[in-house]
Amino acid sequence: MSSRGVKRKMASQKASLFKRITKHHLFFPLVCLAVVLLANVIKTPDFFVVSINGGVLYGYVVDVVNRASELVILAIGMTLVSAASGGQDISVGAVMAVAAAVCCEILSGGAVSTGAFQNPLILAVLAALLVSALCGAFNGVLVARLKIQPMVATLILFTAGRGIAQLVTKGQITYVRVESYKIAGGYIPGCPIPTPIFFAAGTVALVMLVMKFTTLKLYVEGVGINSSAARIVGLNSVRIQFVTYVICGLLAGVAGLIASSRIYSADANNIGLYLEMDAILAVALGGNLLSGGKFSLMGSVIGAYTIQALTTTLYAMNISSDQLPVYKAVVVVIIVVLQSPKFNQYFRSFREKLHPGNSVSRKEEPSS
Amino acid sequence: MEETIILSMRGITKLFQGVKALQNVDFTLRKGEIHALMGENGAGKSTLIKVLTGVYPMDGGEIRLGGKEQAVTIRSPQEAQRRGISTVYQEINLCPNLSVAENLFIDREPRRFGMIDWKKMNQRSGALLKSLDIGVEPTRQLGDCSIAVQQMIAIARAVDMQCRVLILDEPTSSLDDDEVEKLFQLMRRLKEQGVGIIFVTHFLEQVYAVCDRITVLRNGELVGEYPTAELPRLKLVAKMMGKDFDDLAEIESLKEVKKEHEGETPFLEAEGLSSRYIKPFSLQIHKGEVMGFTGLLGSGRSELVRTVYGADKPVAGTLKLNGRPVRIDAPLNAMMKGMAYLPEDRKRDGIFADLSVRENIIIALQAKRGPFRPMKRKEMQESADRYIDLLQIKTAGREIPVRSLSGGNQQKVVIARWLLTDPEFLILDEPTRGIDIGTKTEIQKLILQLAEKGMSIAFISSEIEEMLRTCSHMVVMRDRQIVGELTGGDLTQDKIMHVIAGGEAENG
Repeated sequence: MSSRGVKRKMASQKASLFKRITKHHLFFPLVCLAVVLLANVIKTPDFFVVSINGGVLYGYVVDVVNRASELVILAIGMTLVSAASGGQDISVGAVMAVAAAVCCEILSGGAVSTGAFQNPLILAVLAALLVSALCGAFNGVLVARLKIQPMVATLILFTAGRGIAQLVTKGQITYVRVESYKIAGGYIPGCPIPTPIFFAAGTVALVMLVMKFTTLKLYVEGVGINSSAARIVGLNSVRIQFVTYVICGLLAGVAGLIASSRIYSADANNIGLYLEMDAILAVALGGNLLSGGKFSLMGSVIGAYTIQALTTTLYAMNISSDQLPVYKAVVVVIIVVLQSPKFNQYFRSFREKLHPGNSVSRKEEPSS
Repeated sequence: MEETIILSMRGITKLFQGVKALQNVDFTLRKGEIHALMGENGAGKSTLIKVLTGVYPMDGGEIRLGGKEQAVTIRSPQEAQRRGISTVYQEINLCPNLSVAENLFIDREPRRFGMIDWKKMNQRSGALLKSLDIGVEPTRQLGDCSIAVQQMIAIARAVDMQCRVLILDEPTSSLDDDEVEKLFQLMRRLKEQGVGIIFVTHFLEQVYAVCDRITVLRNGELVGEYPTAELPRLKLVAKMMGKDFDDLAEIESLKEVKKEHEGETPFLEAEGLSSRYIKPFSLQIHKGEVMGFTGLLGSGRSELVRTVYGADKPVAGTLKLNGRPVRIDAPLNAMMKGMAYLPEDRKRDGIFADLSVRENIIIALQAKRGPFRPMKRKEMQESADRYIDLLQIKTAGREIPVRSLSGGNQQKVVIARWLLTDPEFLILDEPTRGIDIGTKTEIQKLILQLAEKGMSIAFISSEIEEMLRTCSHMVVMRDRQIVGELTGGDLTQDKIMHVIAGGEAENG
């Protein structure tokens, strides 16, 4: 055996590893995140510098991870909804506002501002979560049972949700000026890590556990890919889609409470504003099809962090918040093009060229 | 009647990825003639029509129009329409949210000063509808009209566009008897005006009610063209199915002599069961029996088994399993009672294209176990591997998406899925359609082996030979009801075709 044979074998091993990596479903989402982070480092060299300031972690990267928490939580719900129903829930931002309004209103006992809890915190939180789950159930009935297009069905709460929140708070911004209410959006005393990060991590872990100990993933994917076949194998596609909407509503409620805790108030007009679009984008950036079917939760989570990193970068570049969408759009266009099937085709043929012969090429090689 | 040929197709050949969908087919249409195009599924009827209307380019052959020497090339449906060839499909291609008149004149509205001349449009529509004796107001919204009227309006539109060749592709499948009769009157009227009509249908009665001539296709080849009067029903069925009575070979059955089930409680017993899609039927299937369901396409074979399985909701009647009455109104009920159903349309109702082979195999069992008892990874892998091995599924691995498998292997995956649920009653609706001969034989053998072990099986196939080889008992269907049951010595191609063809032959 010559060393050529060995070399070739090594080359093909290397190639297959290269291929395995590039073919992994998280490859593109991670590349996108890396690109955005790289841009950050170039623009702000101290991006990854984390210092302790006043007993808490401080730095750009901490800020990104902290600020992304609500988006991560929303993106998880959005992923499930997209996978099962092939459509998106655009009411999540409004549901966040409803949850915040319900919680703050109960805590303040109907007053505009309060310095002490008028009702137990646990009651307020449970009520807020119940209401948000009900919002999800409402969407779920419209989509799963009445077969209304998800975008149209959730448009109802998208427009009405903030109105409902205003009704709950009687058109005021309700403040809850109690230190313990600020914990969820701030810091646990003595802990340097911002609390929202725990909420996001906890939610991801919980949903992962649910997927491990139930058949949620298989059922959702089955219904999303072929609801007709799903019915034949005994799956109740109505119930499954309904459940994903309830989960999505519930998670929107959790995100709403965190957002409300950050500003220790219920601002019906601004909590979760435009966040539904970021959540949908996170799902898409995560390499998930918005038309339903197979999904990757981790992909959406990475997508959420990518978006927040991007937003932070733009702020760091002194771009004002009203110009932000323009720059975001440009980046989004680039990322979406990178993930398009056509581009992937080019990428694949490029990969073939780089390592010819290690996979069956359909094209005939011209004889030299 | 004058014999002016208005359409002549010669030697039409069409390949799909090297497979011949049409091979050297001739078709001739005369002026003022209603010409039935007959054939079972996959015979090439719709391919022929799509070639004629420019949907598919043809790979060989010539089309001549209006008796001219010059052959024409039709590149698109629009071009076909310009040359006077119009098609009315089963699903109506009109706009339900527009008025009747708008639909009639869409894309060619009469104009005045660049604006649509509504008055003129409605007037002309009214005249057109009247001339064809279609009683509907031009201003009515199309969606409010019955399907039959909508179809007639589609035809009226074609007529008004000076069509000489009118293609009706299964226009009657969603019409009731009265509506069909109205449609026939319209067809006869057009015939008098000299329009040549190509009529595609699965209903034999209708062919004999209106058609002058019949062209039969089978497996992409021309069987022949016959005047209706010279081709009795029975012969037509034989031509479509590819069996001439002269050379009906005796088929040697692999199966054992039929077991006696007298006195035994049947495994499954249906009494007057019906759904929206099938008339009431009664049925008994015994343990270890392979029951065949036959009949032409649209006869209700699939609808019958779907009702038993709960895929179509039963509206009346009772079902007993092992002598005990059960209520099944959803597939999951049926699965819990030990049923399994391999649907006819593998792509639409069978496979989950993007899921892996493993997931496709275990999904029914997992659905049966419910959401809180997920199968262990190891159990899933072992189950998948066992059936990949047992059914010799050719796949690059259990984790690859099932869509990358060939049709036959996809079908085996669906079979594996159901075998894994360990059913007592297995319904197989066209399990061998569109798959290679080798796999076909394997599936037939498997059916006999399963029955041997005591599984009851309902088997539907368009190939009578295949059913004769495997079934111990056969039910014949026509017009969405059971019209005959055959068993033992009566199970011959000859007898079955008699019952399928119906009419006087039924009692013979």
